[in-house]
Amino acid sequence: MSEATAPKAAAPKAVDAPLTFLDERLGSTTFFKRNVKKVFPDHWSFMLGEIALYSFIILLLTGTFLTLWFQPSMHETVYEGSYEPLRGVKMSQAYASTLHITFDVRGGLLMRQIHHWAAILFMASICAHMLRVFFTGAYRKPREINWLIGIVLFTLGMLEGLFGYSLPDDLLSGTGLRITQGVLESLPLVGTYGYMFLFGGEFPEGMNGELIPRLFTLHILLLPGIFLALITAHMMIMWHQKHTAMPVKNQTEEQVYGYPFYPVFMAKTGAYFLFTFGVLALLGAFAQINPIWQFGPYDPGAISSGSQPDWYMGVLEGSLRIMPNWEITAWGHTLSLNVLIPALGPLGIIFTGAALWPFLERWVTGDNRSHHVNDRPRNAPVRTGVGMAAVTFYGLLWLAGANDVIAERFHVSLFATTWFFRVTVIIGPILAYIITKRVCLGLQRSDANVIGHGVESGIIVASPDGRFSERHEPAREEERITILSKENARPEAPATDANGIPAPGTKGPLGVLRSRLQRAWTFDDIAVEEHEHGNGHEGHELEAGKSDKELRH
Amino acid sequence: MTRTGISVKRITAWRRRPWAGYAVVLAALAAIAGIYAGFSPQTDSAEAANNTQAAADLQNGQQLFNKNCASCHGLRGEGTKDAKGNPLAPSLLGVGAASVDFQVATGRMPAMNPGAQMPRKEPIPEFNTQIKTDYHDPEKRAQAEKQKAQAEKNIADLREYVASMGGGPPVPTKEQVGDPQKGDAALGGKLFRTNCAQCHNFTGQGGALTGGKYAPPLSKSDVTPTQIYEAMLTGPQAMPVFNDTTLTEKDKQAIIAYVVQSREEPNPGGNGLGRIGPVSEGLAGWLIGMGLLVLAAMWITAKKPKKLKKS
Repeated sequence: MSEATAPKAAAPKAVDAPLTFLDERLGSTTFFKRNVKKVFPDHWSFMLGEIALYSFIILLLTGTFLTLWFQPSMHETVYEGSYEPLRGVKMSQAYASTLHITFDVRGGLLMRQIHHWAAILFMASICAHMLRVFFTGAYRKPREINWLIGIVLFTLGMLEGLFGYSLPDDLLSGTGLRITQGVLESLPLVGTYGYMFLFGGEFPEGMNGELIPRLFTLHILLLPGIFLALITAHMMIMWHQKHTAMPVKNQTEEQVYGYPFYPVFMAKTGAYFLFTFGVLALLGAFAQINPIWQFGPYDPGAISSGSQPDWYMGVLEGSLRIMPNWEITAWGHTLSLNVLIPALGPLGIIFTGAALWPFLERWVTGDNRSHHVNDRPRNAPVRTGVGMAAVTFYGLLWLAGANDVIAERFHVSLFATTWFFRVTVIIGPILAYIITKRVCLGLQRSDANVIGHGVESGIIVASPDGRFSERHEPAREEERITILSKENARPEAPATDANGIPAPGTKGPLGVLRSRLQRAWTFDDIAVEEHEHGNGHEGHELEAGKSDKELRH
Repeated sequence: MTRTGISVKRITAWRRRPWAGYAVVLAALAAIAGIYAGFSPQTDSAEAANNTQAAADLQNGQQLFNKNCASCHGLRGEGTKDAKGNPLAPSLLGVGAASVDFQVATGRMPAMNPGAQMPRKEPIPEFNTQIKTDYHDPEKRAQAEKQKAQAEKNIADLREYVASMGGGPPVPTKEQVGDPQKGDAALGGKLFRTNCAQCHNFTGQGGALTGGKYAPPLSKSDVTPTQIYEAMLTGPQAMPVFNDTTLTEKDKQAIIAYVVQSREEPNPGGNGLGRIGPVSEGLAGWLIGMGLLVLAAMWITAKKPKKLKKS
């Protein structure tokens, strides 16, 4: 990598002069020299986060376009635009201006649709990216801070989305704001105050139509600013810490194996931006999203069946739908558990759990080392099991948010779906944990088999005394390296030493808990290691000479 | 003179007979009857023929009723109950012709099996007015047209028969239903969102209700304006009744205009994704959006530079 400093043939003056100008003032050459050769490992799942980054850029651009015409105002107006079926209907200026963007601004509908699809993909890719990071253990030391930033970004993304799709003031989004009001009011003690503070008075108008302008400011100024800051921090930390890598050949904890940023990765990531833009443009052009003209203007007296939020709020919708109607009335105050628990419970469990997980795992396993090579999910069965349990929990609540659509489309009773989700949301994660863990252990066993006995070659060999056996061949080099990336569980430290003194860190209730958890983490680990050869295996015996040569390293 | 005298005398003599007064009254009545008969053409024989036809229609209606409806609704339309007294089928006394027309023409009645709600289906052949008649073969065509006319007559007879058991709203006329293309869709949209969308969805895609019931979709073209009007008038199954004091005739026409016009309206933004809102959008975002981008990521990362300049 050091050869880059070698002086090149003199560049043309037209190129050289401006570069020298910049370099003399900014000293950028040294920075670039150091950084353009940064190596990026190659794996498709490392691109998932980039979808979010590029969607965000497209969100900024299309969003700016939309602000040129959008009027964040709740003042009433009579629609006189070109959409015939709503002519003469009273509506807020926000809704009317969104209709104007849709039907009268050139390219307005396309921009609206790309903006909305980009929001959908932004959240979806963050979600997929976080799953990738979790299941490969890429959040481990030293990357906990970036993991936390990611969780904050996802949470803020939900708010940003809610505020964004509430801006047009249509019937569907008004329903979402009505639920927001209910959630705020269900908070004990501060609920009513919080609601009045956000809405500026009674729902939906406030004292003077405050809500939409407030949401607008939050949506286009405050939250995007925070996003920009957090995404920058996320990227700089990633750049500084370098990317994690999959356990492939040549990849070690000390050295990243991949392609340099310039020219290879830059071309790839540039192309990927174009792909993201292309997919969003395709969706925006051919798939209708948020057709507010069909929903009609917001009217507190009206509602539609099948009113759902965008997908990332679906988990909240679902938990609200399946929650039993519990309320406690004490000292003249009502505590609406029927709203409070679904609003705070499930996402509280998932986000708090996700935020604490890296630290919890470090505490349980006592693993304080830095990790740059990812785990294969099967090699951390407890983590993978817990992850799948969370995915199941989230997924079932998410589906429950669409229970009326499911009931209607698949001709099942609505009550049946409610009870199905009430039961499975508790049983499902437990089952998912058990099944996933067994699958992981099974895969470990199969890995151990591949390393221990080789892979089946499909060649049947007859021995001189007439016995048939299948010849096993050692696995390919790449496969072996990937499989051998597994770190086998260390033998358990004895609870007490020879003098009966308990091992450090195992005393007290916390210590006992920790050693129990540590045991649960590793007790059924299947060691994957290279065996001694010639241990009586027929196939190996026959080919002992050859395979020994290949297997010995 | 004598002859005349005799005859005058005879008349005079008859005039004084005790039965003369009755004879005159009788003759006058006969004359009035004859004149009346001469001046009003559609009497007696025509009337009698009509009465026989109506009786035959009613008879046909009764036969159809006995065959298709009475097993659940009872021979006199009084409804039936199970052993515990829970109603199995409602009484048809007072439901009226509009209700019969709606239930039978949409195939909901006669019901095939009891359930939470009777689904819309193809009507049984006796009542199927939607059959195909545009055959090239004239014989086949004539037969299909005859069958269709018979089905229309059967429905008309049946609803007259049920209406004869006790009144109820009649089938709305063409004037009442109005032309959906000319109605006030803006007003209709407002009324639809306030009164209908909570079950039938913004654009009439239908939706789930409690206990296995559902609001059927209004977005398909086989839901005719007359059927929508009848449904509002009679409140079939889980639907409430919207009588003329709740929604006036003009309101109903506006709602029909909104339903028909919005289902015929193209989707300006591309594929409508079923017009059911964010659920299908989320599905499309994950499956198509993320799917395509994951494929792109796999393709891009699988590309290896042929020769990386050593630097």
